[in-house]
Amino acid sequence: MAWTDKEPMVSIRDVHKSFGALEVLKGVSLDVMKGEVICIIGPSGSGKSTLIRCVNALNDIQSGSIKVEGQEVNDPHLNKLELRKKVGMVFQQYNLFPHKNALENIMMAPLLVLKDNKVEVEKLARSLIKKVRLEGKEESYPGELSGGQQQRVAIARSLAMNPDVMLFDEVTAALDPETVNEVLLTIKELAQDGMTCILVTHEMGFAKEVADHIYFTDRGVIVEHGPPTEFFEQAKDPRTIEFLGQIL
Amino acid sequence: MEVFFEWFRVLYDETGINLPFLYDSYDRNRMVDGFFMTVKLSIVCLFFSVVIGVVGAWLQNSPLKWTRRIVNVYIQLFRNTPPLVQLYFFYFAISSLMPTVDNGFGGQQPMLGGFAWAAISLSFFAGAYNVEIFRAGIEAVPNSTIEAAEALGFSRLTTYVYITLPLAFRVALPSLNNNLVNLVKTTTLAYAIAVPEMLYEANQIWSDNVNVTEMMIFLLLIYFALVGVLVWGMNSWERKLKIPGFGN
Ligand SMILES: Nc1ncnc2c1ncn2[C@@H]1O[C@H](COP(=O)(O)OP(=O)(O)OP(=O)(O)O)[C@@H](O)[C@H]1O
Ligand SMILES: [Mg+2]
Repeated sequence: MAWTDKEPMVSIRDVHKSFGALEVLKGVSLDVMKGEVICIIGPSGSGKSTLIRCVNALNDIQSGSIKVEGQEVNDPHLNKLELRKKVGMVFQQYNLFPHKNALENIMMAPLLVLKDNKVEVEKLARSLIKKVRLEGKEESYPGELSGGQQQRVAIARSLAMNPDVMLFDEVTAALDPETVNEVLLTIKELAQDGMTCILVTHEMGFAKEVADHIYFTDRGVIVEHGPPTEFFEQAKDPRTIEFLGQIL
Repeated sequence: MEVFFEWFRVLYDETGINLPFLYDSYDRNRMVDGFFMTVKLSIVCLFFSVVIGVVGAWLQNSPLKWTRRIVNVYIQLFRNTPPLVQLYFFYFAISSLMPTVDNGFGGQQPMLGGFAWAAISLSFFAGAYNVEIFRAGIEAVPNSTIEAAEALGFSRLTTYVYITLPLAFRVALPSLNNNLVNLVKTTTLAYAIAVPEMLYEANQIWSDNVNVTEMMIFLLLIYFALVGVLVWGMNSWERKLKIPGFGN
């Protein structure tokens, strides 16, 4: 029963997640097909970050099922390395390794985790630097880069592992308005190249443009979802309407 | 060289300023031996105290409650007692509990001599501070940076070696610097158990020559120089490890 791309690449089924007594996810289900881009939106504290962190097992779940290419994540015998080779993640605060320059940041995981050949890895890293439009910044340390540049290095660092699906957690939320666009452009290109993406975002215009499907979460449940045009123009649930009213 | 040494004999004859460790070859050898003994004791203690610091900080994060407790008891014990008392404790109490060995002349002698006990005692003394210093360094490494490594598939050990330690070390270096300077100064305590280090040899010389004033001035200056070299070395190391845009 090998996984094929006719089935969802990421399949989330009735996931429940609690931090102690606080139940943060109360039965969330969604599917992401290969090459699909989905956006998760919703008010602060609704569990968006928690949900995508569960997908690559940074958080465990209490019940339900999360499958990535058929591999069950909610499994005590989970091979985390195999999972993380498939799933890349980019964080709001970039989280680059401050003692390594841009190129080294990108090269580290392929070298230390995949144990790939150094010459090959460097070639890959340089091509990724180019892809995120940071030529000339190879030797710069994170502290010498702007937020937007750091975030693009972080994206390249994830891509260096050649993941099948990418998770983005509000990756432009910490950026100055001028640099937001350069990061969004990078993600857009990635999506156009056919990368499967799960994005948590507050950028509604961006979501409308790139998403194949939008999910609105509130207090641990998916309240409403649909393709962008439908979602933004014909939202039915009062919570969605209120949220969209505030943010648009 | 002889001319130089002889000049100090003349100095003594003319002015009464008596520096026999310069013009008298027997005293000179004693002083040189003492100097190298101090250097050797310092290096051995520097090395082992840093090892104790790194290992101790790692054990302090152990999931086993008793491991953490033992490390904490060790730290409290060695920080809250005088180092001279610790030295006597090792040299007289522990030593007497250890088996003796044949000295090659039909007699029995303790397994470890004064130098070994001084090295052990002072390493544990400085090591107790180093554990705390490294722990503070490790705690200063942001959890989000560790998480980024985890998301890239790094194992716990790889993360510790390539991310946590290098960052923790940079944070810890200024305090480590202070503690190691203290350690070098504390090696003079070995005098108390007749380890022939610099202070001990100087004492021998002033007992024979009744030139306490000159010897005291000399000791002050030579320790000043010795610690100066260490501080200079540590500072240039600190500068070399400095990352643009990281720390201050
Ligand atoms: N490690 C944790 N321990 C305890 N509670 C947590 C933890 N992480 C998140 N929470 C709680 O879980 C809830 C959901 O948090 P989450 O970060 O998923 O929200 P979010 O939708 O991403 O919000 P935001 O838009 O502000 O990022 C919040 O109430 C938060 O306080
Ligand atoms: Mg969040």
